[in-house]
Amino acid sequence: MNGAPKNTPAHARTQVLRDQRTDIERVQDDLSSLLASAGYDDAARFAIRLAMEEALVNAFRHGNRGEAGREVTLEWRISAELAEFIVQDQGEGFDPGAVPDPTLDENLEIPSGRGIMLMRAYMHEVEYLPPGNRIRLRYMRAGRASA
Amino acid sequence: MASENSRLRITEKDGITRVDFIDRDILDEANIRQIGSELLRLVDSKPALKMLLCFRNVEHLSSAALGTLITLHSSVKKKSGQLRMSDIRPQIFEVFVITKLNKLFTIDETAEHAMTRFSA
Repeated sequence: MNGAPKNTPAHARTQVLRDQRTDIERVQDDLSSLLASAGYDDAARFAIRLAMEEALVNAFRHGNRGEAGREVTLEWRISAELAEFIVQDQGEGFDPGAVPDPTLDENLEIPSGRGIMLMRAYMHEVEYLPPGNRIRLRYMRAGRASA
Repeated sequence: MASENSRLRITEKDGITRVDFIDRDILDEANIRQIGSELLRLVDSKPALKMLLCFRNVEHLSSAALGTLITLHSSVKKKSGQLRMSDIRPQIFEVFVITKLNKLFTIDETAEHAMTRFSA
């Protein structure tokens, strides 16, 4: 076997999540197994799990406003080099620039607003797509020494 | 002090209330709310509480959990208590560093060390 080109996705899927906790846990467990089998180490899996937790919870909680019956769609593809995720909620979108920097001294004691910064810290690319209810997260395995 | 289905193990020694998290993952919002309520009840239970939060079991936490810790910190401070944290795994500690909460919280390497560091 000559094998597939190096950047061919090993796994790709689109999933619809309806129950916030049950579906997130199921997806996280599935992704963790797939990432491990694709060679992602513990630090990479920790980073991706944390970022995906924030992205999916934000989609349910803020995007869909916690309303029953609303769905979150997750598209992902995982290869040996790249793990890419797109999370879409059924909300109207928002401006991530409106979230104050939680690391400023004056904001340290505000208990909310850290999800986006954690996603940005742990993933290589985080991009909100118009109209703001879709977020794309990328983790590039090559070139990332640690989370 | 803790209810039967508590997600916390609470022990008292030398005037210090030690709280261990039972869960490996502190992610679920309902669990986080429960943990937050239990911790705040503890803070209200005695004046100038000395509380040690031990993270030995914790492998994952979310920004919602960080929010609960910040609320707890403010509550302890308001009541002139002391809050220390210990046994935080390197991966979790990095989350504290990234969010700069390591500047807000008092963190010790081990519970044993933390127990000796409370002011009289």
